[in-house]
Amino acid sequence: MAEELTARAPSLNGGPRIGVYVCHCGLNIAGTVDVQAVVEFARTLPNVTVAREYRFMCSDPGQELIEQDLREGLVNRVVVASCSPLMHEATFRRATAEGGTSPYLFQMASIRELVSWVTADPEDATEKAKAHVAAAVRRVALHEYLEPREAPVHPDVLVVGGGIAGIHAALTLADAGKHVYLVERESTIGGHMAMFDKTFPTLDCAACILTPKMSAVRAHPNITLWTYSDVVEVSGYTGDFTVRVRHRPRYVREDLCTGCLACIDACVHKQGKVPDEFNLGLSKRKPVYIPFPQATPPVVVVDPESCIWFKTGKCPQTCVEACERDAFDFTQTETFDEVKVGAIILATGFRTFDPRRIPEYGYGRYPNVYTSLEVERLLNAAGPTAGEIVLRDGSRPTAIGIIHCVGSRDVRFHAYCSRVCCMYSLKLAHMLRERTGAEIYNFYIDIRAPGKGYEEFYDKILREGVHLIRGRVAEVTDEAATPEEEGHLVIRAEDTLLGMARRIPVDMVVLAVGLEPQPDTEDVRRLFNISCGGEGFFTERHPKLAPVSTFTDGVFLAGACQGPKDIPDTVAQAGAAAAEALAMIDRGAVALEANTAHIDEERCSGCKTCVGLCPFSAITFDEERQKARVNEVVCKGCGICVAACPSGAAQQHLFTDEQILAEIEGVLAYV
Amino acid sequence: MSKPKVAFYWCASCGGCEEAVVDLAEQVLDVVGAVDIVFWPVALDFKVADVEALADGEIAASFINGAVRTSEQREIVELLRRKSKAVVAFGACAWLGGIPGLANLRTREEILAEVYRDLPSVADGAMPREEVEVPEGRLHLPRFDEDVRTLDQVIPVDYYLPGCPPPVALIAQAVTALVEGRLPEPGTVLAPDVALCSECPRRATKPEDLKLERFVRPQEIVADPETCLLAQGLLCLGPATRAGCGAPCVAANMPCTGCMGPTGRVRDQGAKALSAIASLIAPSDPEGVAKVAEQILDPVGTFYRYSLPASLLHRRVGTDGGRPAEPSEPVAAAGGGEPR
Repeated sequence: MAEELTARAPSLNGGPRIGVYVCHCGLNIAGTVDVQAVVEFARTLPNVTVAREYRFMCSDPGQELIEQDLREGLVNRVVVASCSPLMHEATFRRATAEGGTSPYLFQMASIRELVSWVTADPEDATEKAKAHVAAAVRRVALHEYLEPREAPVHPDVLVVGGGIAGIHAALTLADAGKHVYLVERESTIGGHMAMFDKTFPTLDCAACILTPKMSAVRAHPNITLWTYSDVVEVSGYTGDFTVRVRHRPRYVREDLCTGCLACIDACVHKQGKVPDEFNLGLSKRKPVYIPFPQATPPVVVVDPESCIWFKTGKCPQTCVEACERDAFDFTQTETFDEVKVGAIILATGFRTFDPRRIPEYGYGRYPNVYTSLEVERLLNAAGPTAGEIVLRDGSRPTAIGIIHCVGSRDVRFHAYCSRVCCMYSLKLAHMLRERTGAEIYNFYIDIRAPGKGYEEFYDKILREGVHLIRGRVAEVTDEAATPEEEGHLVIRAEDTLLGMARRIPVDMVVLAVGLEPQPDTEDVRRLFNISCGGEGFFTERHPKLAPVSTFTDGVFLAGACQGPKDIPDTVAQAGAAAAEALAMIDRGAVALEANTAHIDEERCSGCKTCVGLCPFSAITFDEERQKARVNEVVCKGCGICVAACPSGAAQQHLFTDEQILAEIEGVLAYV
Repeated sequence: MSKPKVAFYWCASCGGCEEAVVDLAEQVLDVVGAVDIVFWPVALDFKVADVEALADGEIAASFINGAVRTSEQREIVELLRRKSKAVVAFGACAWLGGIPGLANLRTREEILAEVYRDLPSVADGAMPREEVEVPEGRLHLPRFDEDVRTLDQVIPVDYYLPGCPPPVALIAQAVTALVEGRLPEPGTVLAPDVALCSECPRRATKPEDLKLERFVRPQEIVADPETCLLAQGLLCLGPATRAGCGAPCVAANMPCTGCMGPTGRVRDQGAKALSAIASLIAPSDPEGVAKVAEQILDPVGTFYRYSLPASLLHRRVGTDGGRPAEPSEPVAAAGGGEPR
């Protein structure tokens, strides 16, 4: 590849003629660095034919300086001493290309991030800036002429996860005319949002705003909805991924079942038999079931673990009999589909913190300690108690404690704030008070209400007479200290506003559990070749400037898989991910990295050291020739194979040993 | 036409390279017949004065083995350089510093103190002097230099014959090329520019996704005679070492120790080998990595066994008995194309 490109390179008219452009960046650089001195210095360096300064090199006139010098033949290689490659490398590469040459005959010297912002003394800063310029000049003289490369983009998109994030992203893309494959591992889409009763701060009914979107997904001609399915294999690269999806058997044909639910009534089990997952075990379901009435698709599922037919082979199959459409098929097995897509949006969501990890809160030990998600189900009209707040012992609570930050803001578990718990705890306080008339005690560390209408909602709850106690709860106990506490759960907490320890007897405790990564995040991360932060959520490409992109081009993030967020933020991010995917697809082509690795076949000894190391599976081993080969379209230019290649056969464009050593020598020779 | 004149000389070396010349067996007679040996201290009775009497450039080629450590070695190699058209760095020590180069892990003072004063077998503790008066007159000893240098850090070198010692086939090829006047570009290493795995009989058994859980030393296991030694946990440097030897160590069930030096695009054999081996360590957490890495008992002696003076490091530096890195006046290689 390198040879081909070099062959096409226009003559560089003799040796390198380097232009050095030093940016003031207003006072960001010029306030500390003596720019004039750096320019004077640059003029003394070998191969430098032009050295200029400008107030803002990134501005149009600044870029024009470069383009003009290139066009007039004064220079054929460019060094800009300014901010950082992350900020403006693309800008100046473009200007270099506009000047009529390869954008890669450019090198940046970072004299803002690496110098002026971090060096207080002006003299030191100026000397350091000179060293960086000297390094860049030596390096750029050795840059190869490389052509920008592009690869075509497949127009279809894969969305993984059918919660509100995946639903919104899929609908946005489908409405734009793109074909979307929406893959959800549960038997219905809807995710966590489908479990909620109301949403803060507007107290909209969750189902009322979600189910129309779920139906729209099912009805949309541009969406292929695969539920009860997982992505098992991803190969290829940005613009051209091949994805293998596994469909688990539901033993009911999706194309025939209409969701009449006659089979569920007809099941030989007259009552529910196994804990209902959707209701978090607060009720029981039959072996043939549907998670909730608006499940999408409205297709029942047979659970072979509890179905008598699967377990014993002996059952009158009253369900099959009841089905007018002959939709049952007990011979179903796993099936697979393989599709091509250009972009992938991951919307795999979160799970809630398991409060059993905090034994002092008594979850799992005291029946009347609930998680917030369980209370959502209790409050839901379609839930296990049809919306009645009835405790596990059948009683109705008159005092309820809600404990915030369970698993969050706690160095033992998750140091981060889960962002949604304050607001949903206030919402639950409001709804529990409304439904039961009970006294509500919220135990909080701080109230975090930074969202549109959130602070107002908090204010409203305060005025409703909910008791807010500021302090982390020490324990929940059933050991009574006074006769009044007998038969109650007692919440012990420090009230930091009153400056005293308190004991509040209640009938029901709600644990506001935080959000954490899905348990299989690591597998998903590997599957899609992206990275996770320390807390386990997927890492975005840049926390501010590329919040929905990942380090793998063509893979985008939406919703809580990237970090805890509420529904408005999730939907906004899902829209952004859809827009980014759309922008990529509609351009029709993606730019490929120039700094790819390549293996010199004659020098490759076939030792295979590099093959297993490539995080992008870009290296294959040719058994016949006994040589390793880099697919430069897949290569991301991470350089691992180049560093590892024991014989120097693997080399990288723009990062050859000569270039790197020249850069180091540039700094050291000057210093 | 007279036969080409050839010289052999040894510096800081073990003598194995000289054996390698003799190892040419019957071919050695062809060599001796084809050339006119003018200097070979280990075998023939020529004096320095005989070399000095030659015209500059009169010797077609000098084959110099061993690293350079003393003033005497410097003087002779400088003399041979003057008198020779081509200088061949013969063997790992001359090219890269070799085993004697590991002395750069100690200072000159440490070495002299250890050998002449601190060893239990030393009685009087007299330190060697460069000049000493005796009744018969004044005696001179060569100066023991600050550090071990490769040949091309002292004089320009035209060709490099790798190996500890160089394989007979490569020597024969080089001498034949010389006699026939078919010399390659100056700076060339006279061996294939590809790593040893390319000619390793076990290559097919090396897994594509090798992950090393532990390292073992040869005496700790009975290695399977067919399987890739690295895959068995033996630190085989074959992937980071030039081919051309025919992998005799591997054939004898012993891992490659790297004597054939690096391939042409590698500047620092030890660093490259270390980088390659480190990338294959299975654990990714710091503790796990440390646990595996500490099984490499002598990292410098393992990875830089033959190349410490030629490496970017050159020698131990720092305040703990080392000294600032300042190799004494390195001289550029004649060709400049090959790593030094």
